[in-house]
Amino acid sequence: MEKKVKQTLRILGIAILLVVGFDQSTNLFRSANAAPLLNPSTSNEMAAEVKIDNFSFSPATLEIKAGTTVTWTNADDIPHTVVSNDKFFKSKLLDTDQKFSFTFEKAGTYPYFCSLHPKMTAKVVVQ
Amino acid sequence: MKKEDEIMFDHNGDGIDRRGFLKCMAWAGTGTLCVMKGGVLNSYSLSALSKLDAKATMGELSFVQISDSHMGFNKPANPDVIGTLKAAIEKINALPGNPEFLLHTGDITHLSKPEEFDNVQQILKDAKVKEAFYVPGEHDVATDEGKEYLERYGKGTKGAGWHSFDKNGVHFIGLVNVVDLKAGGLGTLGHEQLEWLEGDLKGKKSSTPIVVFAHIPLWSVYPQWGWGTEDSEQALSYLKKFGSVTVLNGHIHQTMQKVEGNVTFHTAASTAFPQPAPGTADSPGPMKVPAEQLRSVLGVTSVNFVRGQKALAVVDSNLS
Repeated sequence: MEKKVKQTLRILGIAILLVVGFDQSTNLFRSANAAPLLNPSTSNEMAAEVKIDNFSFSPATLEIKAGTTVTWTNADDIPHTVVSNDKFFKSKLLDTDQKFSFTFEKAGTYPYFCSLHPKMTAKVVVQ
Repeated sequence: MKKEDEIMFDHNGDGIDRRGFLKCMAWAGTGTLCVMKGGVLNSYSLSALSKLDAKATMGELSFVQISDSHMGFNKPANPDVIGTLKAAIEKINALPGNPEFLLHTGDITHLSKPEEFDNVQQILKDAKVKEAFYVPGEHDVATDEGKEYLERYGKGTKGAGWHSFDKNGVHFIGLVNVVDLKAGGLGTLGHEQLEWLEGDLKGKKSSTPIVVFAHIPLWSVYPQWGWGTEDSEQALSYLKKFGSVTVLNGHIHQTMQKVEGNVTFHTAASTAFPQPAPGTADSPGPMKVPAEQLRSVLGVTSVNFVRGQKALAVVDSNLS
């Protein structure tokens, strides 16, 4: 009897977790779609950061889950851009401290570079 | 271009022969006076003009090159790029014997903003030269793929702004190697421009002195930092038959020279801020020097770069 109760509770717990998890991910999906470029780091969203510093992107390979909003910040004294090799995403010219965000909805590997300094290359891997 | 002639000595694994490089560079010059004599181009640092023998600057043709004015830049490496550009113009105006014209080898502006272009135009009005010719740097075509640049400087040019003209028997070619750059690559001229160049040179006598100017170096200065041009070898192959070819570049914010066969390569200093010697810093970002040094460290040391038994470059004339 006691064992059965425990089991029921466990199943219930998993079910609750699943519901909460699902709810969060749908919320995330919605808000990311609605405003992918604004305020990417609010608590309920998946967010990741890439720093542009010393003429390089760091991390050079960013692994994220689908639905994550990535924000690049230029910490250099020289402007840079963030442009995917196939032009799928493309920032404007980012001067010092300026940011660019993009939400990755689909799995895949997204190589990108700085169109001013094309030796600067990196990639985002979306699972 | 033979590989062994390149100034890049990557075999030590540190990417550079620093001793050699340091010999042939100097910081923060404000401009270069170029004098063509008997088809050979001599260049002089504007900072050393007071010591200049007036005769030395007289030739069949003289012109000035300035580069990388980066109007709009306001970071610690130089919070007053207007002031230093004005200083460069004052140097030009103090030249004994007026230079015919001025070449600007790109990065006129920092962010391609109209007001930045306006500022440079306004300041260059005070230069006592008859004409000015331009090629864009990557900073001039960064926001609108070069529309603003071409509206101002594109008249009579082709494509992204390439063009040629003749002065006193010298053929000048302005090339653009800063547009449509590919991930992982260097500066690029592209097929269309190369074709145009080949056609432009066709029928020119091999005795015609040629001056090529472009923003990014047309020789392999330091590819790790993007200081080179993917398809420059093809461009240079069209120039092989000419007895005297001079290539003037900017982009690397320091002077460097090299002679390779019939071709003499120069890079000009910036009027805005210095950048580190290749491989001597984590990145080629603006280099902060003490404020009092920014304008005063203008002396350019002459190059007498001997590698093994083969003299690589003895080009710039030292005036000090």
